[in-house]
Amino acid sequence: MKLLNKPLKLSALQIRLTKTLLHLLILGWVIITFYQSVTDNLGADPVKALIHFSGIGALNLLLITLLISPAARYLPAPALMRFRRMLGIYVFVYAVIHLLTYISFELQFDWSLVVSEIIKRPYITVGMVALLLLTALTATSPNKVRQRLGKRWQRLHNSIYLVVFLALLHFSWSRKTGLQEPLIYWFIALLIVLPRLQTLKQRVTRSR
Amino acid sequence: MTKRFKPSQRFKSSEITDEAVFSSRRSVLKSMGFVGAGALLSGSAAARGWFDDDDKPAFKARPLDFTRNNSLSTDETMTPYAKVTSYNNFYEFGTSKDDPVENAQDFQVDPWSLKIDGMVRNPITLSYDDILNKFPLEERVYRLRCVEAWSMVIPWLGFELNKLIKLADPLGSAKYVAFKTLFDPKQMPGQRNPFMGGGIDYPYVEGLRLDEAMHPLSLMSVGVYGKTLPPQNGAPIRLVVPWKYGFKSIKSVVRITLTDQEPLTTWNRLAAHEYGFYANVNPDVAHPRWSQASERRITKGGLFSQNRIDTERFNGYQEVAPLYNNMDLTRYY
Ligand code: HEM
Repeated sequence: MKLLNKPLKLSALQIRLTKTLLHLLILGWVIITFYQSVTDNLGADPVKALIHFSGIGALNLLLITLLISPAARYLPAPALMRFRRMLGIYVFVYAVIHLLTYISFELQFDWSLVVSEIIKRPYITVGMVALLLLTALTATSPNKVRQRLGKRWQRLHNSIYLVVFLALLHFSWSRKTGLQEPLIYWFIALLIVLPRLQTLKQRVTRSR
Repeated sequence: MTKRFKPSQRFKSSEITDEAVFSSRRSVLKSMGFVGAGALLSGSAAARGWFDDDDKPAFKARPLDFTRNNSLSTDETMTPYAKVTSYNNFYEFGTSKDDPVENAQDFQVDPWSLKIDGMVRNPITLSYDDILNKFPLEERVYRLRCVEAWSMVIPWLGFELNKLIKLADPLGSAKYVAFKTLFDPKQMPGQRNPFMGGGIDYPYVEGLRLDEAMHPLSLMSVGVYGKTLPPQNGAPIRLVVPWKYGFKSIKSVVRITLTDQEPLTTWNRLAAHEYGFYANVNPDVAHPRWSQASERRITKGGLFSQNRIDTERFNGYQEVAPLYNNMDLTRYY
């Protein structure tokens, strides 16, 4: 079943425009939210609000990024693939903002507390591992690096699924009780990941 | 039973209250066109209530008569009314901190019935009017330390819990006091829908040891900032125990029962290793998932006026320490 009767193609200009729009949207959102927090217009506790904004933002972007390749294949709209790397990098950017907000505004540069919280609190440790993986993926995203890595690139980038798992674990664990939004996110993530299990398995065995 | 104590803070007359900030802020936001832009990437960002378009008629708080208790009030900068009344943990109205202000505005507080029963000689039932008028009201500015490592400074109006208990005349065998929040799924969406209420087994139950309950710092609050409590803050009557984590200060209380058994309190039952029965503020006992050694004080100002301060034992209310002589507070956390 195809939704489009002709594969969606975009001209170079259209791609450039869409990218600009995405940059404006994703970065603009950060800027507006930080502006609101500085002017005390982000609820009673601007720090918590920023941590939530960036955490949920990173997670949403992550899930959107994962939807790109099935959308490109099944719509079909191969042009969408042109936006995947950019969105993926923004996942990393939001996660870094999330961490920096936590260090600078939540813990206010109390470095001994930062270190002890990262080590002692499992949900923070899990978040940190997810961020380290995202860092590796971002660092290996340029085409040149990708070519140099060859087959190993795909293997490394399959760990994005591990990032999803860790991020959701981190999200659920950060809550005082379980039955909330995290469950909805787990459900959505399953919907996205399950149909790919077959492909993933093949990829993993092939790359051995 | 009550112990002599020295107040830990003296009140200085440096008080500023700004309730107008809230409403003016809303209109500024609206005029800037941010309004309603709540949700795309931020999903559930804690800011929703501030940007909502649909202004539901807010609960009408009415002014109360009171005298100020300076000796039991702190002179620290108070948390503005707008923040005290828009950032609440009251899972009966939803688990986000901005849910209660959204969902509780038409909560019925009158008629109300508060029962004091159990091991007492003289069980009492207070009506809404009794709650507000039976005892002279005092204003006390207390620190409130949430178990989530943030804190506020709030001017409560109320009366000492010990007055109520004395009136009921407890039996000698009574050792504990159990408190219960209203159970009314029709009015409280969190009690109707486990997704909204965090899967908690309602009604919410809290408890104190009788000597804790009799301590002069333990307050039954009926108002805040000179007026009756808004529903999101636990209208029409709630407990305030300033040396314990906020979840002990149960809201919208309908029943107070004297007993000889330690009550099985809600959070303790849900996660005993994280939330103890005592829940005294204690910087030396970490929550398993975060440190309790310091806290972020929520006052006025945006991102750059946030300050993290050291958390004090008993939230700075050292006068309660004698209640816990010979108790290992790392074990009874
Ligand atoms: C660098 C390591 C990380 C640290 C130190 C960290 C820290 C935190 C903290 C302190 C919270 C707030 C818990 C609370 O008090 O409610 C949180 C929530 C959250 N984090 Fe992270 N995090 C990290 C990495 C990540 C990553 C990589 C993601 C996603 C890709 C993520 C997604 C989330 C989400 C979705 C929430 C829940 C937000 C909400 O409750 O609305 N975090 N994180």
